[in-house]
Amino acid sequence: MKDWRYWLAEERGTLLAFGIFIVMFAIYSANHPAGFTANVVQTAANKGVLLAFVAMAQTLVVITAGIDLSVGMIFTLTNCMASWLVVGTGLETTFGVLAVLGTGLICGAVNGAIVIYGRLQPIVATIATGAVFFGLALLLRPVPGGSVNEDLADFLTGRFFGVVPASLVALLVIVLIVWVPFSRSELGRAAYAAGSSETAAYMSGVPIRRGKFLAYTLAGLLAAIGGLFLTFFTYTGEAAYASGNAYTLFSIAAVVLGGVSLFGGKGSAIGAIFGALAFRTIGDLLFVFDFDPLWQPLFQGVILLIAVSLGAFALFRVRNRLEWFL
Amino acid sequence: MDGAAPLFRMEGISKRYGGVRALEKADLTVTAGSIHAILGENGAGKSTLIKVMAGVVAPDEGAMSLDGREVTFASPAAANQAGIVCIFQELSLIPELSVADNIVISDPPKRFGMIDRKAQRRIAKEALARAGASDIHPRALVKDLPLSRRQMVEIAKALARKPRILILDEATSALTAADVAKVFAVLKRLRSEGLALLYISHRMNEIAELADHCTVFRNGRNVASYPAGSKSDNEVVELMIGREYSHIFPPKPVAASAAAPVLEARNLSWADRLDNISLSVRAGEVVGLGGLDGQGQRELLLAFFGVLRGLRGEVLIDGKPVSIASPTAASHGRIGMALIPEDRKTEGLMLPMTVRENLSFAALDRLSKAGIIDRAAEQRLIDDMVGLLAIKTAGLDIPVGALSGGNQQKVVIAKWLMRQPRIILLNDPTRGIDVGTKQELYQLMRKLADAGAAILFYSTDYDELIGCCDRVLVLYDGAIKRELVGEGITEHALIATALNIHGDDRRTGVGGKA
Amino acid sequence: MSETTLGGIMGGIAGRMPKFIRRADPAVLTAFACIVILLLLGSLYSRSFLSPEYLLQQLKVASFLGVIATGMMLVILLGQIDLSVPWSVAAGAMMACAAAAYGPVGIALAIPFGVLCGVAIGIVNGIGVAYLRIPSMIITLATNAVAQGLMVVYTGGFSPQDVATAAMRYLATGFTIPGVPNAVIIWALIGAAMVFALTRTSFGRAVYGIGNRERAAYLSGIDTRRIVMVAFAVSGGLSAFGGVLLAGYASKAAQSMGDAYLLPSIAAVVLGGTSILGGRGSYLGTVAGVILITLLQSILSVMQMPEAGRQIIYGVVMVAMLLLYGRAPASR
Repeated sequence: MKDWRYWLAEERGTLLAFGIFIVMFAIYSANHPAGFTANVVQTAANKGVLLAFVAMAQTLVVITAGIDLSVGMIFTLTNCMASWLVVGTGLETTFGVLAVLGTGLICGAVNGAIVIYGRLQPIVATIATGAVFFGLALLLRPVPGGSVNEDLADFLTGRFFGVVPASLVALLVIVLIVWVPFSRSELGRAAYAAGSSETAAYMSGVPIRRGKFLAYTLAGLLAAIGGLFLTFFTYTGEAAYASGNAYTLFSIAAVVLGGVSLFGGKGSAIGAIFGALAFRTIGDLLFVFDFDPLWQPLFQGVILLIAVSLGAFALFRVRNRLEWFL
Repeated sequence: MDGAAPLFRMEGISKRYGGVRALEKADLTVTAGSIHAILGENGAGKSTLIKVMAGVVAPDEGAMSLDGREVTFASPAAANQAGIVCIFQELSLIPELSVADNIVISDPPKRFGMIDRKAQRRIAKEALARAGASDIHPRALVKDLPLSRRQMVEIAKALARKPRILILDEATSALTAADVAKVFAVLKRLRSEGLALLYISHRMNEIAELADHCTVFRNGRNVASYPAGSKSDNEVVELMIGREYSHIFPPKPVAASAAAPVLEARNLSWADRLDNISLSVRAGEVVGLGGLDGQGQRELLLAFFGVLRGLRGEVLIDGKPVSIASPTAASHGRIGMALIPEDRKTEGLMLPMTVRENLSFAALDRLSKAGIIDRAAEQRLIDDMVGLLAIKTAGLDIPVGALSGGNQQKVVIAKWLMRQPRIILLNDPTRGIDVGTKQELYQLMRKLADAGAAILFYSTDYDELIGCCDRVLVLYDGAIKRELVGEGITEHALIATALNIHGDDRRTGVGGKA
Repeated sequence: MSETTLGGIMGGIAGRMPKFIRRADPAVLTAFACIVILLLLGSLYSRSFLSPEYLLQQLKVASFLGVIATGMMLVILLGQIDLSVPWSVAAGAMMACAAAAYGPVGIALAIPFGVLCGVAIGIVNGIGVAYLRIPSMIITLATNAVAQGLMVVYTGGFSPQDVATAAMRYLATGFTIPGVPNAVIIWALIGAAMVFALTRTSFGRAVYGIGNRERAAYLSGIDTRRIVMVAFAVSGGLSAFGGVLLAGYASKAAQSMGDAYLLPSIAAVVLGGTSILGGRGSYLGTVAGVILITLLQSILSVMQMPEAGRQIIYGVVMVAMLLLYGRAPASR
C-alpha cells in the first residue's frame, strides 16, 4: 500500500465528518435566503465554534475510554465567571482570561483526580462534579447578567479582513497550541493507549495514569475556552441548566459524528470539530427550509440516536458471543 | 555450556496463586550468547517463571541477579530498563495504534518534547527489517494485521528496545513457515551478537534446530538441565512427564458403551480456530479432548454450547440436526446440555453472591413457578447437591468467593447438576484445585456417565485423560489429529500427538504450520 | 484509609447489635445514621422537624423520588444507568394529562397511557443496551433527547395546558387511610413489589447475577438480553409513573419537571449502598437514600439555602460517599 492510503485510513473518521459538514453546509448556504456571504459564514461559525470547543474537550476524555458529563457545566461555570472577570482595562482583562482558563484546568484536574486516583466510574463522578460546577455557576450568577470587555469580544467574534470569521481563526490557534502538542506527546499517546487496551498499555510500560490525567485536565481547559467564547458572543453570563446539559449531550453527538470511538483509543479532535460543525449545521438546516423551529430538538435527538447506533454495526462482526461481555 | 560467567541467575524462586503453587524453588541460569530452551508440560511453571523475570508478577521468595548484582523488578518497565524484554504469548500490542507507534511505545523519539514521527517511522522500519518483516508497513494499524503479522511486530518491538536478554514465549505459535525461518535467522544472528535468548516452545523440531541448552520444568521445579542434542525426544518426553502417579481413578467400564450417540458433530469449522471436526459422544461415555492448550478445544466446547457465531458444519443431538443459538437454548428443554467453563471466577460463578444463589442460578426456571422461586424446592435440591458433592461451606448464605478453590469448582458443577443434564461439557475442570477434590471429581464424572450422561472432557493434565476417559481425541491446530481408545491412551501417544511428533522414536516431526 | 477506619467503626457498632442489623450493609446503616443525625440537627434549628406532620409531609415528598429511584435502582443493579429519567418523567406527566383531554375514555386511560409512554422510552433504551450493546449512558442520553423533542413538538413550545385528572390528583394528594398520604402508600406498594421481585423471583436473581458478572450469567443459560431489556422498560415505566404522580401533585405537567429528578435518583440509589458497577445493593438502602436526600433538600430549603448551595452539597456528598463505598478495586 502507498503512504497516502495509510493516511486516508488513519483520517477516515475525520474526513467523513469533514465530508458530512461540507455537504450539509453547502445545502445550508445554498438555501439560505442571504446565500453564501461572509455574514452567513460568520454567524454559522460563531455558533459552531462553541460546540466545537466543548466537543474537543469531550474528545480528550473519550479517547481514554472515559466520558465527561460535566463539560457542559464547566462551560457554563466559566461563562458565568468570565462575565465577572473579563472586563476593565487590558491588564485586568488579561488576568480575567487567565483566571477563567485556570478555573477550567482545575475543574478538569478535579475530574481526573477523582476518576483516576479515586477510582470512581467517570460517568457518576462527572455527574456529581457537574452538579458542583453548576452550583458554583449559580452562585456567581443567580440571575443572568454581567458584562465582558466588548473590544476583545468584538475582535474575536468579528471578521479578519472582512471575510475570515475571527472565531474560526481562534479555533485553529487553539487546535495548534493544545490539540496538536497533546496528540503528539508521549502522554497523549499514553491516553490513546490506555483507551485502546489498558492491559497492553501496562505491559508496554506506558504512563497510563499521567496520560489520562492530562486528558481530563486539558478537557477542562478546552471547555473553559468554550465558556469564554460564549461570553464573547452573548456579553453576559447565565447559569442555564438546560443549556449546559445540552452542550454535554451535543458534545457526545459531535464526537460520535466526528469518528471518535466511544470505546476509546481512536479518533481525533479535528474530527470532533467537524462533527460539531456538521451537527450545528444539521440543526440549522430546518430553519432554512422553513420548518417550524419546534422540530429542531426532535430532529437533533433523532440524529443523535442514529449517530450512536451506527457504532453498533461492529457488533455483527463479533463471532464469539462471549466478546459481548468484555 | 561454554563456562562464561552467567549473565542472569534466578535462585529458589517460588510463587503461589492462592493455594496453588506455580513455582517451587526454581533455579535458572542464563548465559550471554546462547539460546536456552525451556520445556515442560502445560502448567509446569514456565509461564510464571518468565513473568517473574519480566517483572509482571512478583515472586513470593527467591533472588534474581543480573551481572552478579541482585535485582528486583517492580514493573515490566523496570525489567525493560534492565535489558530484559519479553515477547508474551498474549500480545501486548495496542490495537488502535500504528505499528510504528507500538514499536517505540515505551520510549518514543522526541523533538522539542513532541514525538518525532519521522524518526519513529525510521526506527520502526529498521526494527521490522531486523526482525525480517519489512513487508509490514509502519503506518498500518495493529488491529488490521492478521495474527501472524502481529507476532512479527511483537518481535520487532522487542528488538527496538535493544535487549540483553530476550524471552520468547511461544512466539512462533501463530507464524507461517516462512516467518519461522526468518525469525530463526534473526535469533541466530542475535546470539552471535552476544544476546541471551530464552526460548519457550512446545515444538521439538524448533528446539532441536535452535537451542544450545535445555532446561525441563515439571510441577514448578526445574528437573533437568542438559546441552541441546544430548537427549532423544523419548528421554525428553519422559523428563516432562516424570514418574509421579498421584491420581487415583475410578475403574472404567469393561465394555464400551453401545448406546446411540447423544452428541455428534459433523465437519464443524469456525473461523480459523476449528477445522473440520467430526466426533460423537454416546450416553454413558467419557470422551476426552487432548492436545496442547489452545488448539481449539475451548472453542469446540463453546461451539456446542451455542456461544459461537458463524459455525459451519452440523451439530446433532440424538441423531437429529439442531441449531443452538445460545446457552439458554443449549441447556433448556430437550437438549439438556451443561458447560463447566474454563474460568470459574469469571465464567462459572458470581463470586460476591451467596452459595445458595450461585447453586440455583442455572436452574431458576426449574425452581420457580410463574417466575416466583419455590424456596422449599430450592432448599431441597440444594441440600441434595451439597450432600452429593460434599461441598464444604460454612453456610449457604455466605459469598461463594469465600470458599476454597476446590469447593468453588464443586459449586460450579453442582449448579449444572441441578438441571440433571444429559450432555456435560467440561473445560479443564481440575485446573488449580487440590488433589483430594480432583479425585472426588473423577469419581463423580464416572458416576454421572454410569447414570447415562454423555461427557466431553477437556483437560490439560494428561494423567487425567488417561485415567478418566473411554476415548481421547487429540487436537492440533483446530483439527482432530488422532483418536486414542482404551489401552491405546498412553502418555506417550498423547504427548507425541500433542506435539505433532509422528511415531515413537523419530527425532523431529513436521509441525502443522511451521 | 478512611474506608478501613469507617468500616471498622461500623463493624464494631454492628457487632453489638441484633442479628438482622449485623447482616445489613454498612452503607445502609450509615445512610440511616445520617438521616437520624440530620433530623437531630434540624430539631436544633426548629422543634417542628420532629413533629409527625412534618415527617409525614417529608415522606410524601420523598415518595415521588422513591418511585423514580426504584426504577433507577433496577438499572444500576445491572451495572447500567438510565439518563433518560428527566424526559421520561415529563413525558409520563404530559401524556397522562394530554390523554385526559380526550373525553371519559381518555380520563380513564390517562394513567396507564402515561406509564406506557415511559415504558416505550425504556424499551428503546433496552434494545440499545441489550441488543446493540451501546453504552447505556449514551443511548439513554439520546432517547432523552428524542423524548424531549417529541414533547416540544407536541406542546408547541408552550407550557402544556392540559390538567391532571381527578384520579391523578387523588393518587398524589388524597388520603385513603386517614393520616397517611396516598403517595406514600403507592411508594410502599411499589417498594414492596420491588423487594419481592429482587429477592423472591428468578428475574431478581438474574438481575443481580448479570450485575455481578454478565458473562457468567450468560453461560448459565440466562437470557441476559431479555432481562436487561425488561429492566430498562420497568425503569422507564416507573419514571413516567413518577411523572404522573408529580402532575397530580401539581395539578398539571410542566416542561422541565423531570430535570430535578435525574441526579437525586442516582444519588439516592448510590448513597443507599448500591454499587454503581452493579450486582450489589438492597432496596432498603435505596429507601434510606431517598429519605436522606429529601430531608437534606427540605432542611436546606428551610434554612433558605439557595439552589446553588444545594447543587454543590449534592455533588460533594455524592463524591464523598462514592469514595467511601463505590471505588473500583486497585489494579495489580
